[in-house]
Amino acid sequence: MDGAAKRRKRTITVFAALFVLLFVFMVLDLAQAFIPLTFREALLALFGIGSETNVIIVQQMNLPRVIMACLVGAGLSIAGAVMQAVFRNPMASPSILGLSSGAALGAAVAMTFTFAFLPMVLLVPLLAFVFCLATLFLVYSISHVGGKVPTETLLLAGIAVGAFLSALVSLLIYIAGDQMQGIIYWTMGNLTNADWENIAIVAPLIIAGCILMITYSRELNALMLGDAHALDLGVEVRKVRLQLLVASALVTAAAVAFVGVIGFVGLVVPHILRIVLGPDNRTLLPASLLGGAMFLVMCDYISRVISPSIGILPIGIITALIGAPYFIYLLRRRRSEVGWD
Amino acid sequence: MGLMLKVKDLCFSYRERPVLKDVDLEVRKGEVVGILGPNGCGKTTLLKLMNRNLRPESGQVWMEDKDLAAVSKKEIARHIAVVPQSNEIRFAFTVRDIVMMGRMPFLQQFQGESSDDARIVDEAMRKTNVSEFADRYINTMSGGERQRVIIARAIAQRPEIILLDEPTLHLDINHQFEVLDLVKRLSKEEGLTVVIVSHDLPMVVKYCDRIVLIHDHKVFADGTPDDILTKENLKTVFNIDAVLEYDATLKAKSVKIFGSYTKQS
Repeated sequence: MDGAAKRRKRTITVFAALFVLLFVFMVLDLAQAFIPLTFREALLALFGIGSETNVIIVQQMNLPRVIMACLVGAGLSIAGAVMQAVFRNPMASPSILGLSSGAALGAAVAMTFTFAFLPMVLLVPLLAFVFCLATLFLVYSISHVGGKVPTETLLLAGIAVGAFLSALVSLLIYIAGDQMQGIIYWTMGNLTNADWENIAIVAPLIIAGCILMITYSRELNALMLGDAHALDLGVEVRKVRLQLLVASALVTAAAVAFVGVIGFVGLVVPHILRIVLGPDNRTLLPASLLGGAMFLVMCDYISRVISPSIGILPIGIITALIGAPYFIYLLRRRRSEVGWD
Repeated sequence: MGLMLKVKDLCFSYRERPVLKDVDLEVRKGEVVGILGPNGCGKTTLLKLMNRNLRPESGQVWMEDKDLAAVSKKEIARHIAVVPQSNEIRFAFTVRDIVMMGRMPFLQQFQGESSDDARIVDEAMRKTNVSEFADRYINTMSGGERQRVIIARAIAQRPEIILLDEPTLHLDINHQFEVLDLVKRLSKEEGLTVVIVSHDLPMVVKYCDRIVLIHDHKVFADGTPDDILTKENLKTVFNIDAVLEYDATLKAKSVKIFGSYTKQS
């Protein structure tokens, strides 16, 4: 009847399960091709064993996409977990703060007004990134009143700014002409174009952001009790919160910059894990990394299994189709366990 | 006795509205000081300034010989623990998790809690009678139970000074005595310095060695309950008709309230 021991056992079980599932879905996703490989073939080809075709399919065609899925899933998920803790609101996520809309606007601007000085492949992620950070800065300064940043104001400002930016994206889609398809496709999110150069840019940003967030997990626990509690326990609230928000924006921007908007990962994954593991960020944040990576690789696998006949289905659609109903189920069934009302 | 806290020429306002003007206050080691005044007089603000949750507009707060402006929040939290008025917590931390957070100021980044920390936490939970709740979730508890958990957390900080903001607000009458008896005992036995902000006159009279009356944004009077709680002072500050008298049943001084001066319109 020792609650602490029970919790520790459950934590170990969850981490082990996440590791196994992540590994299984990675191999399954690596096996995807016009004629998919078997699990065993894919696993061997990953280590360069098997026919040349198999090795090319796994290592060159599929591996960058799977790695990108891991990075993006892990990044969006931990950023969501951190935002929920900082705002003490289980509904907070990169999209609620308007960050996803900001990034989408950046991408849409890049695609609509084809600037000459940079090729579009680089311009889209660059502007997505810049707009994402700018959105955070804007939302933060709007809600900055008299030396304080009240959580409620921040969330409402995020929703308002997000709505405004989404309207601008729609406007651009309307006037874009030739590029309309491209913008719409980007806002649905897709991993198809991931390559090693993209990963080389995204990986360091996401890893650096994640390290900063995990470093502050104890402070995040205190922040979840409220600003006053955190201050009483010696946390430099304003400094820590600003650093964590910048880190989450950085990770979000890096995650969506090349692959477009992928919704619900940052909301659903930490939410489920918090129900299973409890709110302690020292276990929740690492679990979110694993869980987010697993979830997105799984979604990518699903999108590839069901869509060969209709071309490749954007992964953002899958995450929303799986994520939203599950989230509604959680809202109805597990309210009290999440610690609402 | 040594000076623990010293507040000097402290001024604070929210927006343009002045809350505290030129407040001077000294708290000595082992004292139980009650800061008393009607709602909205700035007592809670004064408490928040005392551990630098708020920055003063002008003036200083000294902890022993250190100006708090030059001390990190973490260092302050190693000496001053706070029991805030509002204690609503929405997330499912266990009681032990919450009390363990009292050890935060003593831990480095990535440093795990030691068995010493666990022992301190167990002891704090025992003293506040929350051990039986150790594995319960804080968001499922009543306001009074949460209050005792937060007091346990404050004790787990092993502070030299404890600041309590309306400590009896959420508590049943039996737990009011329990909590304040505990704080009083820690003050007597371990030299804990206690500052209580309250509008609960009888409670302050029973437990405080010294009372500071706040009126009109300023320290109106400062001294022992006998000196301070005169008919005139109680009229000016609380607008009530009351006296401090020896009560033979209680075998102690007690405030007897006859009524209010507020005009009926």
